[in-house]
Amino acid sequence: MTPTNAAAPPPPETAEQLAAFEARIAAGEYIEPKDWMPERYRKQLIRMMSQHAHSEIVGMLPEGNWITRAPSLRRKMTLIAKVQDEGGHGHYIYCATETLGVSRDQMVADLLSGKAKYSSIFNYPTLTWADIGVIGWFVDGAAIVNQTVLAKASYGPYARSMIRICKEENFHKRQGYEICAVLASGTEAQRAMVQDAVNRWWWPSLMMFGPGDASSPNSEELLRWKVKRFSNDELRQRFVNLTVPQAQAIDVALPDPELRYDAASGDWHFGQVDWNEFWQVVKGDGPCNRERLAARNKAHDEGAWVRAAAEAYAARRAGAAASAAA
Amino acid sequence: MGYGSAPDEPETGAGSDAPERYRPVSERAAAVRPSASTGEHAAPLVEALLRLADDRLVLGHRLSEWCGHAPILEEDIALANIALDLIGQASLLLEHAGQVEGRGRSADALAYFRDAVEFRNLLLAELPNGDFAVTIVRQFLWSAFAVPHLKQLSASADATLAGIAAKGHKEATYHLRHAADWVLKLGDGTVESHARAQRALDELWPYVHEMFRTDDVEAPLVAAGVTIDPSTLQLAWRESVASVCRAATLKVPGDGWKAQGGREGRHTEHLGHLLGEMQILARSHPGAEW
Repeated sequence: MTPTNAAAPPPPETAEQLAAFEARIAAGEYIEPKDWMPERYRKQLIRMMSQHAHSEIVGMLPEGNWITRAPSLRRKMTLIAKVQDEGGHGHYIYCATETLGVSRDQMVADLLSGKAKYSSIFNYPTLTWADIGVIGWFVDGAAIVNQTVLAKASYGPYARSMIRICKEENFHKRQGYEICAVLASGTEAQRAMVQDAVNRWWWPSLMMFGPGDASSPNSEELLRWKVKRFSNDELRQRFVNLTVPQAQAIDVALPDPELRYDAASGDWHFGQVDWNEFWQVVKGDGPCNRERLAARNKAHDEGAWVRAAAEAYAARRAGAAASAAA
Repeated sequence: MGYGSAPDEPETGAGSDAPERYRPVSERAAAVRPSASTGEHAAPLVEALLRLADDRLVLGHRLSEWCGHAPILEEDIALANIALDLIGQASLLLEHAGQVEGRGRSADALAYFRDAVEFRNLLLAELPNGDFAVTIVRQFLWSAFAVPHLKQLSASADATLAGIAAKGHKEATYHLRHAADWVLKLGDGTVESHARAQRALDELWPYVHEMFRTDDVEAPLVAAGVTIDPSTLQLAWRESVASVCRAATLKVPGDGWKAQGGREGRHTEHLGHLLGEMQILARSHPGAEW
C-alpha cells in the first residue's frame, strides 16, 4: 500500500500563489488536477470526495438488503441495477479523488478502519420493502439537491463526475417515489408500510445536509473556494420545499407537527432537527454503524485471497510477456 | 429416480395462500407434486421454458446475493450485472411460459407463487454461493453450456423463444468471458487460489451432468425444431472446459456421482430456503401490486 498521505511535506505556499488561485476561483474557472492548489483545498476535497465515494459503497448495503426479497421481478431488477449504479458511482468518485494524489487503497483502508466517514443515513436499517421506496425518494432526492450544486464545484474532476452521477440519481429518485406512490395507493398494509418508512426516514434525511450553518466547521472555507455553493441550511430548506408537495400528492404524512407553509418566504417551515441524534450517529453510535463497517471489513478480508490471486496472475503474465519480448 | 416410491400423502402447498387467480386451475390444485412422482408434466413447451427460465432466475438470485459483499468493487458491479441479465432473461421466458400455458399466470405469478417442487432448474444453479471460487467456477461451467445452448435456441421454430435466446446469447458470451478470465486468475494465481478453484471444480463436477440430460418431455419439441437436445452439446462443452482448465493449471475431475432431479422438481434442500427468502414479501401480501 502506498503511503501517499505520508509523502514529503508540500512546499510552502506563497501569498501570491494563494491570491492567484483565489482569483481563478472568483472568475469561475475550474481547477484541474495538475494546477496549483492550496494544501487545505486539496485536503478538503479529498475529505469530501472520499466521503462521497464511501457513502456510495456503504449505501449498497441497506438497499442490497432487499434485493433477495424484492416483491416482483421488475422491482428486483431495478433494485439490482440501482445498487450496481451506486457501486459504479463509488468507483467513479474514487478515480476522480485519485487525481488529488491519494490512492484508492488508502481511501478504502481509511473507510475500513473507521477513520473516514460516510453519510450517516446509511447507518439506519431498512426494515421493510417501503424503505427501498423511501430511500430512493428522500435519500436520493436529498443527494440530488446536494450534488446538483456540487456539479458546479470548482474542482473539475469532481464537478464532471457529479454531472454524470446526478443523471442516474434522478432516475433512482423517480423509481423510489414511484414505489412509494404504488404502496400509498395499495392495500391497507402497504399504506401502513410506506407511512412507517416515511416516519423513520424523514428526519435522518434532513440530517443529510449536515449541521446547521452556525455549527458547520468546514463550511465557510468551502463556500469561499466554491467547493460548496450553498450553505447546509439553504440546501435543507430547498429539499423540504421540494418534498412536501410530493408527499401531499401521494397522501403520505410527514412526521413534523410544525410543518406549515410560510407565504411570506415561500418556504415550508419545519421543526427542529434532533442534532443530538445526528452527532451520536456520526460518532459511531447509530443503529447500524457497527454492522455496516463489519460487513465492509468482512467482504474485504474474505476477498483478500482473490485480490492476491489477481495480482499474482497479472505479475506472472507481465513477466511472461517481458521474457517473450527479450 | 432413486427417490423411492411416491409419498402416501400428497405434498400440498401449491401457493395455497395465494389468491384464486394465481392458483393452478386443475381439479387437483391442492396436490401439486413433482413430476417425478406423478409422471405428469405441463405441456412440453411450458416445461421446456420453465427449465430455461428457472435456471436463470435461481442462478441470478444467487449471484445477486453477492451485491455489496464481493472481493473487489469491480466484482460487485460485474456480478450484479450478470444477475441482472439472467433475471431479465428469466422474466421474458416466464412471461412466454405463462402465455403458452394459457392459465393467465404472469411471470411474477410463476416466479413468486410456485413452490420448490414446481421449479425446474438445475441443482447446480441452486447450490449456495460458497466462496468466490465456487461462484466463479459454477458460473464458468454453466455459461460454457449456456452460450452454445442459446446460440442454437436462437434458431428455434418458436419465434419468441428464438428472440429471447438471441438476446441472451450476447449476454452469455460476456458472462462466459468474465468467468473464464477469473478461472485463469484463480487457477494460475496463488497456491491458495489454485487450491480453492480446484476444490470448487471438484465439488461442483457431480452437478454438471444434469445440464446434458435428455428426457421424453422435450423429445417432441426437439423433433419440431423448437428446442434442442442438450446431450448434443456435451462433447464440445467438455473440450472447451478442459481447454480453460488446462490454461488455468486445473485438473478436470473424473466423472463419479451424477446428481440430478432438478428438472423433475426434486431439488436439494437449498432451494426451499432460497425461495422462502425470495417469495416472502410477495406471498405475505397476496393480490397486492408492487
